[in-house]
Amino acid sequence: MSLYVTELRRLSKRRLTRLLLVLLLLGLAGVATAFSFSSHKLSPAVVAEAQAKADADYRQAVKDWERSVTECDAAAARGEKTEDRYGPDCGRQWQPQPEMFDPKWNLPYQFDFRAEFPMFIAVFAGAVALFAFIVGASFVGAEWSTGGMMNLLLWRPKRLAVLGAKLAALLTTVLGVSVVLGAFWTLAFWLIGTYKGTTAKVTAGVWRSIGLDGLRAVGLVLAVGAVAFALASLGRHTAMALGAAVAVFAISEVAIRIAVGVLGVAFGDRFVLSTYAQAWFMKQVQLLDYDACEFTKGECKPAELLITWQDSALVFGVGFAVVLVGAFWLMRRRDIS
Amino acid sequence: MSAVLEIEGLRKTYRSRKRGVRHALDGFDMRVEAGQVHGFLGPNGSGKTTTLRTLLGLIRPNDGRMALLGHELPQALPAVAGQVGAIVESPQFFPHFSARDTLGLLAQAGELPRQRVDEVLELVGLRDRAGERVKTYSLGMKQRLAVASALLKNPKLLILDEPANGLDPGGIREMRSLMRDLAGAGMTVVLSSHILGEIQLICDSVTIISLGRRVAFGPVEQVLAAHSQGTVRVRLEAVIDLPRAADALTRAGIRVSATEPDHLLLTGVDKPASVSRLLAEQGLYVSELTPVAVDLESVFLELTATAPVPGQHRQVDQSTKVGEPGSAGAGGGWGA
Ligand SMILES: Nc1ncnc2c1ncn2[C@@H]1O[C@H](COP(=O)(O)OP(=O)(O)OP(=O)(O)O)[C@@H](O)[C@H]1O
Ligand SMILES: [Mg+2]
Repeated sequence: MSLYVTELRRLSKRRLTRLLLVLLLLGLAGVATAFSFSSHKLSPAVVAEAQAKADADYRQAVKDWERSVTECDAAAARGEKTEDRYGPDCGRQWQPQPEMFDPKWNLPYQFDFRAEFPMFIAVFAGAVALFAFIVGASFVGAEWSTGGMMNLLLWRPKRLAVLGAKLAALLTTVLGVSVVLGAFWTLAFWLIGTYKGTTAKVTAGVWRSIGLDGLRAVGLVLAVGAVAFALASLGRHTAMALGAAVAVFAISEVAIRIAVGVLGVAFGDRFVLSTYAQAWFMKQVQLLDYDACEFTKGECKPAELLITWQDSALVFGVGFAVVLVGAFWLMRRRDIS
Repeated sequence: MSAVLEIEGLRKTYRSRKRGVRHALDGFDMRVEAGQVHGFLGPNGSGKTTTLRTLLGLIRPNDGRMALLGHELPQALPAVAGQVGAIVESPQFFPHFSARDTLGLLAQAGELPRQRVDEVLELVGLRDRAGERVKTYSLGMKQRLAVASALLKNPKLLILDEPANGLDPGGIREMRSLMRDLAGAGMTVVLSSHILGEIQLICDSVTIISLGRRVAFGPVEQVLAAHSQGTVRVRLEAVIDLPRAADALTRAGIRVSATEPDHLLLTGVDKPASVSRLLAEQGLYVSELTPVAVDLESVFLELTATAPVPGQHRQVDQSTKVGEPGSAGAGGGWGA
């Protein structure tokens, strides 16, 4: 217990933690503020204005059309050729219709909490995951590379307890940050929805779904932090985690994509990690195999493959477990010099 | 007297795919009695740090038995760790924390009262600089911080790997009196150092290691006495003849332990007269032939066979290998 409290204190004393926390706060606040300016509430006045503009546009269009027809008729009377310029029959069939001027097009963008907030949960998770990754990797990486870990082990020669306490301290901190910032994030967008957008049709069911999205987001953030921690501990250096992340990204998103393309494997995207990340947030991703179609035989429904968030949980869970077990196993065995 | 530290037949082998195996510890024995200040000596790369790391559970040995304060290691290490303070080879600290924070975190992890931090900071002379970041410390200040961290838990056994490294003369002297005080208060201190004058001043007993094996051990006077017999200093009328004299003596089976610019040091000489006769036969005339009381340094150099030889550059790992009589050098390197 004392180890855990010590590690919490150590983590919060670190400059990098504080700096990144400030950056994270500024970044999230910046996104929310900027976004609040781009959304406009559709008050009755705004709607009426849009309607009025649509009506005016319609009347103007009719006027232009009438003038054009009159001009055409006059030209025809002078014996000029009018087909090319005005169309057949002086374009009489192109009379503008009122439904061509939908007042919706004149409306400004309005944020719809119910439809759009889930996407902002993903944005939030991305930012906090980045924070968790860097803080997690450097927390243990710097300890290894500066010799702090060795000192601590001289004090408490229980390797697994020491590493476990550090990991627990990291996860608690990341969880706290996610929950507190997540609450503010939700509040911010709720306010944007209330004052500059709409919060219509946000039922209890919608809240529950948002809550589940949030849980999955926090789960991913914690997993990212833990994996970064484990990688840096395995390599005894912060840079190891960054290197491993870059390598995995390069292999998954570039090498596998190319290989799959060259080999012509069906549903190539199922071998790419970002598909699973997407499915994790969207609950599911549908992959289509257009190659299975022979368009010469007419219309075709391409073959489908559904990747669900449970699949993502399996893929990420296995990777997470392998890295974490590896880190603790090596911690137990390795020589520290 | 009871043993606070016991090591028997300790073995640590490093394996490298390219260069085969290296026996950093090759059946090493050591014993430290309670209440002593014990010097742990050996040339570079002889295995001192490896021994201490193994003892403290940082690396796992391939074979051998270890016990601290009567408890078998490594099983009992968590239990005895609270009574053992240690620094191993100039410890590094997280550079962005202050000394007080660093020690405070250690104290908290060890469930020690906070005021102990200020006590040890005072003890090592860092009180007024304790709020500054470790990054800004000088080498000696870092070393003092390391000693402070080892003293923090007021241990029964204090293990210090080259604690004088980087200390100023005043600091070394303070360290000396600190060791004495601690030993006087009942603490057992194990001290590895290359400053043998210092060791001779403060240590009750020593262990000397070379290439992973013990070459000598026991109370300092005993080690000195066992090896100062038959040490004589020889001066010649003409300094220029010294190399020739050394050559002749070596051929006659007398050990020349040091060739200084103006004299030779011989060891294992039973009858000084024989030296005089031998040299006279070569036409070399002795101007001085005195028995000398040796110091720890010369005993060390002789025992480990690491005395500098003019015109040769001794490489690390060229030192006495116990169990291979008379062999100095060559052995013990990679692939041994
Ligand atoms: N991690 C390692 N891998 C391979 N060999 C090692 C390793 N650590 C130590 N050694 C070797 O073990 C031997 C003993 O090293 P050790 O650090 O114990 O020496 P030392 O007596 O402390 O020397 P010094 O007086 O220079 O501090 C050396 O030959 C060293 O090269
Ligand atoms: Mg050493």
